[in-house]
Amino acid sequence: MSVGKNEPRRDGPAKLTGRALYLDDVAIPGCWHGVTVRSTVPHGKIKSISYDPSFPWDECVVVTAKDIPGKNLVALIEADQPLLADGIVRHREEAIVLIAHADRATAYEAAKRVKIEYEALPPVFDMEKSEKIFKSFLISRGDLDAGFAAADVVVTGEYRTPSQEQAYIENNAIAAYEEDGVLIVTGSLQCPYYVLKAMKQIFNRGEDKIRVIQTVTGGGFGGKEEYPSMLAGHAALLALKAGRPVKIVYDRHEDMAATTKRHPAVVRHRTGLTKDGKLLAQDIEVVMDGGAYATLSAVVLSRGTLHAAGVYECPNVRVKSKVVMTHTPPNGAFRGFGAPQTLFAVELHWEKIADALKIDSLTLRQRNIFKLGSTTATGQHLLESVGAEECLQKTVKNSKYAAKRKEYDRWNKNPKNPTWKGIGLSVCHHGAGFTGSGEVYLASRAGIALTKTGELIVLAASTEIGQGTNTMFAQVASDALGVPASWFSVETPDTHKVPDSGPTVASRTCMIVGGLVSRATKDLKRAFEAEHGRVPRTTAELKKAAAALCQGAPARRFEVQYEKPPDVTWDDATYRGDAYGVYSYAAIVVDLEIDKLTYEVRVRKVTTAQDIGKAINPLLAEGQVIGGSTQGLGWALLEEPIFKDGVMINATFTNYVIPTSLDTPPFEVILVEKPYSRGPFGAKGVGELPMDIPGPAVAAAVKHATGRLIPTLPQTPERISRALQ
Amino acid sequence: MRGDAKSMTVLSPRSAAEAVKTYAKVPTALPLAGGTDLMVGWNLGQLNGRAVLDLSRVAEWRRIKVVGDGVDLGSLVTHAQIQAHPVLRKRFPLLVAACATVGAAQIQNRGTIGGNIANASPAGDTFPALAVYEATVRVIGPNGRRAVPMSEIFAGVKKTTLKPGELIEAVFLPFPDQTPTRGVFRKVGTRAAQAISKTMFAGLIWTAKNGELADARLAFGSLAPTVKRLYAVEGFLRGRRLTDVSIAAAAELMTNDVSPIDDIRSTREYRLIVSRNLLIAFLKGEVK
Ligand SMILES: Cc1cc2nc3c(=O)[nH]c(=O)nc-3n(C[C@H](O)[C@H](O)[C@H](O)COP(=O)(O)OP(=O)(O)OC[C@H]3O[C@@H](n4cnc5c(N)ncnc54)[C@H](O)[C@@H]3O)c2cc1C
Repeated sequence: MSVGKNEPRRDGPAKLTGRALYLDDVAIPGCWHGVTVRSTVPHGKIKSISYDPSFPWDECVVVTAKDIPGKNLVALIEADQPLLADGIVRHREEAIVLIAHADRATAYEAAKRVKIEYEALPPVFDMEKSEKIFKSFLISRGDLDAGFAAADVVVTGEYRTPSQEQAYIENNAIAAYEEDGVLIVTGSLQCPYYVLKAMKQIFNRGEDKIRVIQTVTGGGFGGKEEYPSMLAGHAALLALKAGRPVKIVYDRHEDMAATTKRHPAVVRHRTGLTKDGKLLAQDIEVVMDGGAYATLSAVVLSRGTLHAAGVYECPNVRVKSKVVMTHTPPNGAFRGFGAPQTLFAVELHWEKIADALKIDSLTLRQRNIFKLGSTTATGQHLLESVGAEECLQKTVKNSKYAAKRKEYDRWNKNPKNPTWKGIGLSVCHHGAGFTGSGEVYLASRAGIALTKTGELIVLAASTEIGQGTNTMFAQVASDALGVPASWFSVETPDTHKVPDSGPTVASRTCMIVGGLVSRATKDLKRAFEAEHGRVPRTTAELKKAAAALCQGAPARRFEVQYEKPPDVTWDDATYRGDAYGVYSYAAIVVDLEIDKLTYEVRVRKVTTAQDIGKAINPLLAEGQVIGGSTQGLGWALLEEPIFKDGVMINATFTNYVIPTSLDTPPFEVILVEKPYSRGPFGAKGVGELPMDIPGPAVAAAVKHATGRLIPTLPQTPERISRALQ
Repeated sequence: MRGDAKSMTVLSPRSAAEAVKTYAKVPTALPLAGGTDLMVGWNLGQLNGRAVLDLSRVAEWRRIKVVGDGVDLGSLVTHAQIQAHPVLRKRFPLLVAACATVGAAQIQNRGTIGGNIANASPAGDTFPALAVYEATVRVIGPNGRRAVPMSEIFAGVKKTTLKPGELIEAVFLPFPDQTPTRGVFRKVGTRAAQAISKTMFAGLIWTAKNGELADARLAFGSLAPTVKRLYAVEGFLRGRRLTDVSIAAAAELMTNDVSPIDDIRSTREYRLIVSRNLLIAFLKGEVK
């Protein structure tokens, strides 16, 4: 048995020793360097593009929108984002001209010699003033007016969260070249088939004439979900025009300034309760800033909307949400995908309600939290794997939450103490897999190949981006077949070698694609049993069996496709039904201390219990929890992209401050395993869950420490000091 | 990475004298010590086409020398070397504390005291300590040597008063006549390491037997284009007792000497509030 064991991470040693090569370090013979000339106004008509005549342009290849053979479009959900701005620019740092040169420095120099003149158009930066709505949703349950009419108290609140940079260790990078009539695109990316889809439209080519291959990828966090499609288009345009390979590697500043970030959001709550804290009505309004193009905004908003009411049962709910256009670089996928924004609001709102009702927020949560059999705002009945209460209870107990609240109250009363101490709590759910009918549309495929020499190869387009995909696949396949995990290798995601198992996003890789791998491996197992008499027990026997099963062919593939569970129903039109197949759950307690002189916050301890169904690899799962929570703490306390005239002005790691290892507190992670009958070995999703709720727990702890509820992230020393003046 | 090594030339003098001579010949060259500031510009492509005067072979500038009346820090002495030196730890603890807050271990191992000063960032972390210890910057150039008091070395943001062809040779720290009664260095950044200071404070006080303040030296960094000694506050406090009233008055006077701004790292309001808090707490003996 491999599932449940801490198999070492397969990509670990190469990354640890530096043997793993990011694209920037991969030598491609004859490769030129591509650079991008970007807009310097947030909104305007392009009047002219001119090239400094003193520069040797004949050494370069230059590409503009005119060079695009197919559609000038980065195909995603809406057909609105051009690959290269043509006529109008709608945000700062929008790509207009591409240049490639044999020498990287000369390419950058060439970019400086391009002059673009604009006729300025008025920009909109304030999402609340934008009139262009990309998408809106409405969820309603019960009778809101009746709920408020019956309420003893009504509590309102407004909560704001900022954008956030993914801050992966490797910047965006893609190379392209043509080989035997096939356009090859290779680089740092999460979703090879998304890139393929975009490339088909840009180049009017069939799938056989385009091949997308992932290279070792230094993190994604959503930042390499949709953006690589744009970059791949750019690199391929240059490569085809130059007739040679071209590589585009962003530097950190360009990556931060030009690529996608988390959607900033404002969320308003009006909540009606009985005097002992039973929820009667939740009226919630969500506005998100999509930036200049729709990209993934509709689905980010969808997830945000579906998580907005929190992990609580309430008979009367209305969630109204919209994502709007502003003249800033498009916001996009980021771990949590809209949920951290709305969960921040619903969770911190409990602190306000607690003040109004004079009942502590833990008790209030306990009175309303989802249990087995609860019904969500979309009318979904939670019939299995509901670990919310257990997570809450374990987190509260292990963190000594109740005792510490009292202890810190006493500490904070003594003016001689140099700090204020606070402890804060939050709880959440996170839908695993695509929303609603998403998984049905995706119709993902994955499989296993048995070569005639007895190699076992997992075939999936899911990418290893540092989260442990390859290790997990081997463990799942190992147990499905009943042979050691070391017998399996995992194919490089390459659209000419692996089937489309959907994007590596939405906490779906283990639960959905791992499930497919498990099913495919079981087909292989049946084939072994039928054609060889049993599953091989030694590698020598495996070789013999493989030869028999392959019958002279080089390999035999066992592929399966996603099948919708029959009892899962969802209506996109009314937003009612089973929004997700299942939810993961988490609770977190953040224990912190604030310096009275400087208002600097030090997180002393994080205790968190997370119900992920089954930990295929507990150590990897714990790594996800600690990493994701730390990213959440960064968003809660430090990180804030600052925009001026539509462009991020702190687009460097000097001034965009993410936590260092010294800022990472001690963690106690409790894995709760409430198995999900349809996940492989009971597994649900873990990738995004830990990112969801450090924010509100920090804000609650700051409130406990200082007595001030700051409804905005990040809770910087500046904000805390201002709140205390 | 926009730096282009092949467009650059590297000059490698082997001694102080040779460094000065080479620099005089190529006055546009950029001195390179630890490179922790310079390489940031390299990464942005700002050094392309330039000559670099690599000081790494000037061995005499790597030494810490304890002399009769103080300590002479060669300009190439690193933040890590300073922290490890027993005499500095004992006699100049504020500088040692400041060096321990520069960047993180990697930066402290490479970054030098000379580079820190020559870079002249408003947020240079060693400056408040150097200011209250009344250090002198020893400079060598085509016209020989001169000593520049810490209070005169900076001309503004990222600007020193070094003349063309001049290099920093050393920093001299005089032993205080009397051991201070109390001393504190405090840096306020955003995170536990790799933080650029929003404000930083260094303070030394000497109290007389009768309880009056014999002397005070107080300095803030990051609150003005250059490090600021609080001369007005120091003058006010001299000869007074530290009481709630005199301390409050001192805190009010402080704003005459500093002029913090709103920028991408913090706000004027926060910098003022926190700096005042630090000053008051220091004078009250409540900050360590
Ligand atoms: C990640 C990071 C974190 C940092 N954190 C901090 C911090 O917390 N606090 C802080 O104060 N600084 C910080 N710095 C800045 C820098 O590390 C320090 O200023 C360091 O002391 C510079 O020394 P150096 O030897 O590396 O300088 P270099 O980069 O070699 O030189 C800096 C400048 O000084 C000039 N120069 C160097 N030596 C001489 C000389 N002898 N005579 C004349 N000119 C000379 C150079 O031409 C250049 O202009 C940080 C830098 C980085 C990259």
